Amino acid sequence: MKPPTPKPPRWATSLLDWLGDPNTVEEVQGDLLELYAYWVKTVGERKADWRYVLSALKLLRPLANRKKAESNPFFLHPAMVRNYFKIALRNLLKHKGYSGINMGGLAVGMAVALLTGLWIYDELSFNRYHQHYDRIALVMQNQVVNGELHTSQSLPYPFIQELKSNYSSPFKHIVTATHLDDHILTAGETKLSKRGQFIGAEAPEMLTLKMVEGTRAGLQDPQSILLSASTAKALFGNADPINKPVKINTDWLVKVTGVYEDLPQNTQFHDAQFLASWEYFVANNRYMRDKKWDNHALLIYVEIQPNTDFDKATATIKDSELNAIRHLESMKEEAATRPQMWLHPMRDWHLYSDFKNGVVGKGPVQYVWMVGLIGFFVLLLACINFMNLSTARSEKRAKEVGIRKTVGSRRSQLMGQFFSESLLVVFLSFLIALLLATVSLPWFNNLAAKQMTIPWANGYFGLFCLGFIGITGFLAGSYPALYLTSFQPIQVLKGGGSARLQRGRSASIPRQILVVTQFTVSIALIISTLVVYRQIQFAKSRPVGYARDGLLLVPMQSDDFYGKTALLRNELKNTGVVSEVAESQSPITGVWSSNEGFSWKGMPPGLNERFATLTVSPEYAETVGWQFSGGRNFSKELASDSAGFIINETAAKLLGFRQPVGEFVRWKSQWMTNNVEKQFRILGVVKDMVMESPFKPIKPTVFFLFGSPNWINIKIRPGADAGNALSQIEAVFKKLIPAAPFEYKFADEEYDAKFRAEERIGKLATFFAVLAIFISCLGLFGLASFVAEQRTKEIGVRKVMGASVLNLWRLLSKDFMVLVLLAFGIATPVAAYFLRSWLQQYDYRTELSWWIFAASGVGALVITLLTVSFQSIKAALMNPVKSLRSE
Amino acid sequence: MKRAFLGEFEEVVLLTVAVLDESAYGVTVTQEIEQKTGRAVGFSTVHTTLQRLEEKGYLSSKMSGATAERGGRRKRFFTVTAAGRKALMEVKSIREQLWDALPPQTLQLMGG
Repeated sequence: MKPPTPKPPRWATSLLDWLGDPNTVEEVQGDLLELYAYWVKTVGERKADWRYVLSALKLLRPLANRKKAESNPFFLHPAMVRNYFKIALRNLLKHKGYSGINMGGLAVGMAVALLTGLWIYDELSFNRYHQHYDRIALVMQNQVVNGELHTSQSLPYPFIQELKSNYSSPFKHIVTATHLDDHILTAGETKLSKRGQFIGAEAPEMLTLKMVEGTRAGLQDPQSILLSASTAKALFGNADPINKPVKINTDWLVKVTGVYEDLPQNTQFHDAQFLASWEYFVANNRYMRDKKWDNHALLIYVEIQPNTDFDKATATIKDSELNAIRHLESMKEEAATRPQMWLHPMRDWHLYSDFKNGVVGKGPVQYVWMVGLIGFFVLLLACINFMNLSTARSEKRAKEVGIRKTVGSRRSQLMGQFFSESLLVVFLSFLIALLLATVSLPWFNNLAAKQMTIPWANGYFGLFCLGFIGITGFLAGSYPALYLTSFQPIQVLKGGGSARLQRGRSASIPRQILVVTQFTVSIALIISTLVVYRQIQFAKSRPVGYARDGLLLVPMQSDDFYGKTALLRNELKNTGVVSEVAESQSPITGVWSSNEGFSWKGMPPGLNERFATLTVSPEYAETVGWQFSGGRNFSKELASDSAGFIINETAAKLLGFRQPVGEFVRWKSQWMTNNVEKQFRILGVVKDMVMESPFKPIKPTVFFLFGSPNWINIKIRPGADAGNALSQIEAVFKKLIPAAPFEYKFADEEYDAKFRAEERIGKLATFFAVLAIFISCLGLFGLASFVAEQRTKEIGVRKVMGASVLNLWRLLSKDFMVLVLLAFGIATPVAAYFLRSWLQQYDYRTELSWWIFAASGVGALVITLLTVSFQSIKAALMNPVKSLRSE
Repeated sequence: MKRAFLGEFEEVVLLTVAVLDESAYGVTVTQEIEQKTGRAVGFSTVHTTLQRLEEKGYLSSKMSGATAERGGRRKRFFTVTAAGRKALMEVKSIREQLWDALPPQTLQLMGG
């Protein structure tokens, strides 16, 4: 015998086996083998190897013979597509219950995704109304106070000149403005309180206001005002407002030079219902000019030049203030805070506006993430339903798949079929979802405090919808398409029980994973809802320290109020419906003034604590219902009480006196004591009052008599009819202060408003949790009915053998219970982790009690049990004669 | 029906199949072309051309004749169909017409 004949490289042969054209692979391999032997003889083994490999590679399918050998129609052939849809539609109509559950769940999920999508779009498009949106910024200032970096938008007056004369090159516009504030607008007999800003003349141009009447140059004349369309309508009705006189704050006479289209709700300037001239404001408030570098009172908006960016511009102005004040003797303290200027771009105003120690805090952007995530999850739940129900029903379709395969369908064609089926279902569901979203949008707007509309006319929206349908269809259809098409025709067509069981067991595992996922999300959402509500309840039940009922707060909006308060008080008390009237600085639901510079006996050295410093009149105690825990109220009779303090318990704790009443506190403040150290005696201690956020710790507070109050507090006599009392009070105000409109707030309403953000989260969380549970249960319901149906014969046999309904019920429900318990086990730590970090942001917060988790778990279990039981009891009650007779 | 185009290599392969008569399959065609024309042709090229000619209807094939040398695999024997013969004849007649039309002095120059 010859030595062993050389063999061609194995890998090339296998490659050919695998990727070669299946129709010709046999003769090709034969031919190549024969040639190889020939080559070995003629050109040697190495060259033969080389030629063999080269030929094999060239014969791989992508390179050679591209044509389809089988005469199968292309899987997207119109006839095939028509057939897919026909079969899909027939299937939908044949199983109306399943289709209903499927499409209902999917529609709800998609509606939620749509709504959250709109919400996110609205949040992200904040301020985009302005054309120069990406070049506008607010000048901000960072200062180091007590070792902490404070960020503020309020800038000192001299900075305007500094910026305009020395640093103007990167800027196209530099616009100064006051803070947004309430002002009284008077036109003829109409008096309205409107929020507005005094702002530089270039503002309308910079903000690209859309003028309904007049021009953007309207603010050039100092004695002019621009009104928003709705303000103009409120002031002048349908009359032409142009050139009409308007009085601001009852005595500043200006004329209307323009009306601009109302700014949409998702702009920062939405609240500015009028814009008046900055020049005029300064002219009327001469003291502004005397303000020094250390008085921060105004805002500066800038638009940068097109050829620069925010970082470069920031670098230019960074030390502008510091350089200007570094050498000023009087500004030593201010310079010590190392003021740094920077630009806060308009695109970040809304979502990144929280600064903690110079770093952007979580702020609203975390809600955008959260809502987006939840919307995605709800949609995912709906998609999971779809997958579960489709695969569960695979038994019914298995024969169809088998027949199609034997007749010659390829797997890709079957996938096409199932994808088109899911696309059809998704498309129909999307139509329902659009309807649902449209119907629920007003309600959702109300909940989210927004004015969103579905942008039908927007081309991108159409595109987005198509993409959305495509992605959801793909997501929901992928699993059935992959799973159903993998059946071996011989097994499904033989219809043997063993094949079915085998398939059933391995196939139900992914299904179970999906159910667990669904319930994990649902249970986590339930837990979150409970915790959010607990937190709100916890803060609501916090002792408030004053009586809110029948407490009316009236801001002293114009100078007309001053000097009339004693008269007001008399007249009001004479009406008989008012029990007490007092003045105060800040309303009771806010702390508008706080100062440093306190010192006392035994104070730790170096401490410079900030106290809330509030002016009140002696009647304040009676009006708001102060609860004294020691000492006494201010007395009108004692002149020495003007050098007296009443402090709250937090302040008492801070001061550390064992017996605070009668002790002394020294106070030196530039604003309040003219920079002279004065001594104050503590007259009394009152219980802490929740004036600011109920989630935050109480500030140490001192109350005193001197200073300038700006609010009037009116306590309506208990038992008096509120409507009647209000009209009587209004009459008094109209008589004594005719120039100002009567504006008031109820303390209890203001207090409730403090919970609004949290309550909104609570409502949203509830909304999502309910939907998640609903969708999950819908899926479970379908699944349970499927399982019951599948096991009809088994149940029949068991019944004949003597199983009780209870036995059967337990048998059918057990599997699902296990899944829910598993989901609970996963959801608990995940929810606990996220909720703990959510609660961290509140100083006054509830604990994550175990019972919340337990309650959620039990709740989910009960809901599942109810859902599953309906089907399992129905199945258990079925007459075995019926279920077994077909055998 | 538009006239099918026969490429140069296709013509060679088709002719070779006709030459080999009953014993034309991948290996013999490749070897025959190599020996007759002296040019090195890859097997894959021959194979794809055979496939293409069959698609065009100039060749028909049937499987038979497994041998141990081929690992027990069958061969695909090709025969020229009527359409194939017609196409060959057509090419030949075009060539002949062209040759006939050649001026005698040019023919002489070419050494013919």
